[in-house]
Amino acid sequence: MRQSAALPISRRGLAGLAAGAALAGAFPPRPALAQGAPLRVGLMLPFSGTFAALGENIAAAIELHLAERGGRMGGRAVQLIRLDDESNPANAVQNVNRLLGRERAEVLIGTVHSGVVMALVQAARERGVPLIIPNAGNASATRELCAPTIFRTSFTNWQPAYGMGLALGREGVRRAAWVTWDYAAGNEAGEGFREGLRASGGEVVRELKLPFPETNFQPLLAQIPGLEVQAVGSFFAGGGAVQFVREYAAAGLKERIPLTGSGFLTEGVLAAQGAAAEGIRTALHYGDGLDNPKNNAFRAAFRERTGREADVYAVQGYDAAQLLGIGMDAARGDVSAEREWVRAMRAARIDSPRGAFTLSPSHNPVQNIYLREARGGQNRVVGIAAEALADPGTGCRMA
Amino acid sequence: MSGLFAQVLNGLQYGLLLFLISSGLTLVFGVMGVINLAHGSLFMIGAYLAFVIARWSGSLWLALPAAIAGGILFGALLERTLFRRFRTREHLDQVLLTFALILLFEEARSMLLGNDFHSVPVPAALDFSVPVTADFAYSAYRLAVLALCVLVAALMFLALERTRMGSAVRAAAEKPEMVELLGLDARRIHTLVFALGTALAMLAGALAAPLQSVYPGMGDKFLIISFVVVVVGGVGSVAGAFWGALLIGLVDTLGKAYLPELAGLAVYMLMAAVLLWRPSGLFARGA
Repeated sequence: MRQSAALPISRRGLAGLAAGAALAGAFPPRPALAQGAPLRVGLMLPFSGTFAALGENIAAAIELHLAERGGRMGGRAVQLIRLDDESNPANAVQNVNRLLGRERAEVLIGTVHSGVVMALVQAARERGVPLIIPNAGNASATRELCAPTIFRTSFTNWQPAYGMGLALGREGVRRAAWVTWDYAAGNEAGEGFREGLRASGGEVVRELKLPFPETNFQPLLAQIPGLEVQAVGSFFAGGGAVQFVREYAAAGLKERIPLTGSGFLTEGVLAAQGAAAEGIRTALHYGDGLDNPKNNAFRAAFRERTGREADVYAVQGYDAAQLLGIGMDAARGDVSAEREWVRAMRAARIDSPRGAFTLSPSHNPVQNIYLREARGGQNRVVGIAAEALADPGTGCRMA
Repeated sequence: MSGLFAQVLNGLQYGLLLFLISSGLTLVFGVMGVINLAHGSLFMIGAYLAFVIARWSGSLWLALPAAIAGGILFGALLERTLFRRFRTREHLDQVLLTFALILLFEEARSMLLGNDFHSVPVPAALDFSVPVTADFAYSAYRLAVLALCVLVAALMFLALERTRMGSAVRAAAEKPEMVELLGLDARRIHTLVFALGTALAMLAGALAAPLQSVYPGMGDKFLIISFVVVVVGGVGSVAGAFWGALLIGLVDTLGKAYLPELAGLAVYMLMAAVLLWRPSGLFARGA
């Protein structure tokens, strides 16, 4: 999950693509659009390792939407090609090349890990391949590295944290502290929290950071009582989130200074956090108990198909498939008609289980960020932290 | 003011844990003349052992004797099969051997247990908090670790000062050439010291698992900071490792709390100062 901006990606456009294909011969010519030639969609997702459950839910939701469409997009049958990226950035370029080469994928959907997604972004920029990102939240993919063919149906790390900061300021919080790992995702979220809080009249008076993935939180926690803050915001995920929430409670801080955060603080880890998480409020673009017809139907269908409960990752996957369907329908299944599908996807209004959303000029969802409260093992939606929130898309210049 | 007290407690707790790790490192270096870069991996092995045992038995308590017993056996095995042969070799050979061991241990961990980040639950009996200041509480487990580290340190000093084997180890650490002259069995001392050092590092790992979680490469940071402790305290001196570890623990924690801009640098600046002022360490022989 290293900083992505360091990647020296240049946009060579179609000339480079043509030259590369002619030179290497590594990429067989696009299959002729003969009637019945299936649309090959590469799903580059983690199906093993830490994020395997996330990858499985994204893939299952894509399959669900495809089944709802009778297995076709733009008049063509769709063939999904699964490739396990193991959340390993070292193999990312190789995996992308395999999907576009040997597997002859025409469209890419992926992935979860924000380091691995950079290889997909690079392919989309250099070869004009359609890419839909169903999770990875590194801001750069829809900021300085944005491109007409890159879309995202999840979030930027900035968005949920901005919502949390905004909600706290509205409640009268004037002084807050921010705690995170010192890495790209944590710092992007920290920027969001600071800007959200400032927009509603508050200030982040101290940022407390520790190196990723260290968990020696104690020297940071002991500083919090002396800061005279009314709330603490945070960005942690997975095992680090479990540890942080438990230690925050063990230090006796939870009752006096509310702990809040980007939704990942309590996402999928509530069981491990136990009583320490009870009552913690977080902000995310999805939550439990969101009562709208689309969500209820989606959750029922997902449960019936997989035997599991849908989660935010399933929603993001489902919407990736919806977005692709809109694009391919507009281009009548012709991926080379870039102008048609890009125009349709940019203008799309996605009827998402999270609530309908559109896309910002940099191709990231303009969506509600919900305020949730951890109660009885669920992240119950208790309100809207930020309505129709768009990522600023700073530095995005679409050619 | 109460914030300072909590940070001092944090520093002492961190320092005592560092002592468990660096006391083995300094003894192995002092007695055998071996630079063991894999010492941090032994810490990691102890932590993962605690994780596996806690998951399998549902309790961390079994992990502590297992880490000590397993450490003694594993350490003795390593000394007999590998380190014995490298004792008289050049430091570069030792560095290559112990660096290879780091890679082997990490790969074995990856194959057996994967690369995931795991949290280890605090034992149920200690899963409560004790207020230490007006506005900051300490988990009972953290206090128990603190007490246990003090106990282990006391037992170590007692054994080193009051037993025959202890004085032999001290003699070996201070003047390795004296051991043979006195008719002591150097090979037995080496096995003992290495086994003890391994057990202490693994015990530290097991104790730290619920505080730090377990993750790949978790020993690296502790290896580096332990070398700083050894250098500051003086090579081969257990007392030096004790005071050095407390000093480093306090400087690191208070630095992170009050001078965050210098947080990463504070301990290294301290080490540089010690090297200039007392090049062989604060508690080095003849210093």
